[in-house]
Amino acid sequence: MSSNFSSSNKAVDFNQMPDARGHFGPYGGRFVSETLISALDELESLYRRLKDDPEFQAQFDYDLAHYVGRPSPLYFAERWTKETGGARLYLKREDLNHTGAHKINNTIGQALLAKHTGKKRIIAETGAGQHGVATATVAARMGLECHVFMGEDDIHRQSLNVYRMKLLGATVVPVTSGSKTLKDAMNEAMRDWVTNVDNTFYIIGTCAGPHPYPELVRNFQSVIGREARQQSLAQTGQLPDALVACVGGGSNAIGLFHPFLEDESVAMYGVEAGGLGLESGKHAAPLNDGIPGVLHGNRTYLMEDENGQIIETHSISAGLDYPGVGPEHSWLKDIGRVSYVTIDDDEAMAAFRSLTKIEGIMPALESSHAVAYAEKLARQMDPDQMIIVNLSGRGDKDILTVAEIDGITV
Amino acid sequence: MNRIKQRFESLHQQGRKALISYVVMGDPAKDVTLPVMHALVASGTDIIELGIPFSDPNAEGPVIQKAHERALEHGSSLRDALALVKQFRETDSDTPVLLMGYTNPIERMGYDTFIENAVDAGVDAVLTVDLPPEEAEEFNEHLKQANMENIFLLAPTSSLARQKKVTSMAGGFIYYVSLKGVTGAGNLDINSVNENVTSIRSLTDLPVCVGFGIKDGASARAVADLSDGVVIGSVLVNQIAVLAEQGETNPATYAEAVSVIITEIREALDK
Ligand SMILES: Cc1ncc(COP(=O)(O)O)c(C=O)c1O
Repeated sequence: MSSNFSSSNKAVDFNQMPDARGHFGPYGGRFVSETLISALDELESLYRRLKDDPEFQAQFDYDLAHYVGRPSPLYFAERWTKETGGARLYLKREDLNHTGAHKINNTIGQALLAKHTGKKRIIAETGAGQHGVATATVAARMGLECHVFMGEDDIHRQSLNVYRMKLLGATVVPVTSGSKTLKDAMNEAMRDWVTNVDNTFYIIGTCAGPHPYPELVRNFQSVIGREARQQSLAQTGQLPDALVACVGGGSNAIGLFHPFLEDESVAMYGVEAGGLGLESGKHAAPLNDGIPGVLHGNRTYLMEDENGQIIETHSISAGLDYPGVGPEHSWLKDIGRVSYVTIDDDEAMAAFRSLTKIEGIMPALESSHAVAYAEKLARQMDPDQMIIVNLSGRGDKDILTVAEIDGITV
Repeated sequence: MNRIKQRFESLHQQGRKALISYVVMGDPAKDVTLPVMHALVASGTDIIELGIPFSDPNAEGPVIQKAHERALEHGSSLRDALALVKQFRETDSDTPVLLMGYTNPIERMGYDTFIENAVDAGVDAVLTVDLPPEEAEEFNEHLKQANMENIFLLAPTSSLARQKKVTSMAGGFIYYVSLKGVTGAGNLDINSVNENVTSIRSLTDLPVCVGFGIKDGASARAVADLSDGVVIGSVLVNQIAVLAEQGETNPATYAEAVSVIITEIREALDK
């Protein structure tokens, strides 16, 4: 199968993105009120200084190996492949990381940055609660005060993670404004940051937000793709033919994709939440059904109405329930390097059940979107081809949601 | 000449300070804002700052956030705000009107369409909270061609280099945000205001006005002594919220209530 990435794009140097002001083509940038500019400048110069510092990199690698448990396996899902019929399906097992998702790769990195700033107070926004848990975890380990903003609706559907954060010593701040989900949690975190900017480090959980966040989150998460690339070569002697990852803000996807962007033979699929179906309008798929605009500090594809108001999204998975997307994905869509597709709630649920039964691996509902799409894709491909699916997190956090659908009280 | 410039010149000649009043368009109902605007002017407002409702006003504290939510409940939009200014101009051709909002609704309308309609309506200036100078070049060009002022914020966290950059691009007046935080937060640090306003004034001839955290005549007076004017926002919006919660529907009641607040502040400023 050939990628739809045209050779005319060969001149694009993916490692040179973003530009000095954080732009990925027309996307990204820094759209924030004046009070935050100095904090972002400070973060950017700190990151520039530490990014290529061998000591910083060594500390990051050490923490990933000994605290997170990396490298995560690249697992050949033999039974799932057989049942599906088609290309060989491999799972990049981010679910096996400490705290159960890819989110910890990024919080380890940002916590190291926070340490260098000397700031003693950490804030974060969270949707599914995985980023909140990953932030509370690194804060506990470093003895830092931690406040996690979470939409009231998400607090209900992810109550297990809320309790985990509390056990870890974090304060979970319920957000009641707007749609009471991830986007509002992010607004509230930005408000807190503006107010407490002198002593507070904001750990953003996805590759969105004002520059330099999309760049640094991508770079911390790129460990996923670097490992997957080496593992693929070591285990099969070849590069994968396709990569599949779910896209909420897009951090697990960009982490897997980025180290492969220059490998033209590797096709890439970002899977957005189709909710009740694209036609219903009740989904969280800005790259499929949105237009470019400005929110949360960056220019990117958004779900909005004709007056430029951000509209409420819907997805069965809290971690994908977000009206925007990281700016690099907007750019990768426009240049045609990555295809963005959707999987709806029902398809994701079915994939959750089937992977659990066939492989004994319970995927997060977010990751189940990638699993569902990979199944469709594999059937259109040959048995000698290979797909890597990013299994971004484990599904334990979702069992109450699934039980509720089944009409069971746990 | 642009009305904002004109207003500051006449204030300067009279030795008076500017009083800028902020309300959100359509809060709590579309028919309330016009009488409120006229009442603000009648009780001593020099410049009206009209907030454009946005779904994600993340520089606002809870009071103004809720005002945005009330306005959006019945679909108030940028289009409505422009129509409102046009209506306001039918009986008030002098008072400068500044639109304050977020980038996305303006971009959705398109810079060209927005500016054409804003000029037609009689808007004098625009403040986009989340469009700092680095991202504002194109918008600034459009505004300049239409003789509209682009108002920029400066904050306690703005470095000297930053103050230089912003003052070199700004028009109308400099809006100095008196505290670290969202609208309606905390208490003023007069010393820090003094230090920063003095520094900004050494860089520009534009008037410097101070907003965020000014609650009454006394705090307005203290800040005005150090600057060219004050912005009053959350106190007005809070009063509107109180009436809205009581289920008040008569626009005249809202107009009276804001007049009481502005009259007190005007007196303190003119003392
Ligand atoms: C397991 C898992 N996968 C994916 C996501 C979506 O985020 P992103 O698109 O940034 O990877 C989340 C977010 O909470 C998550 O918990």
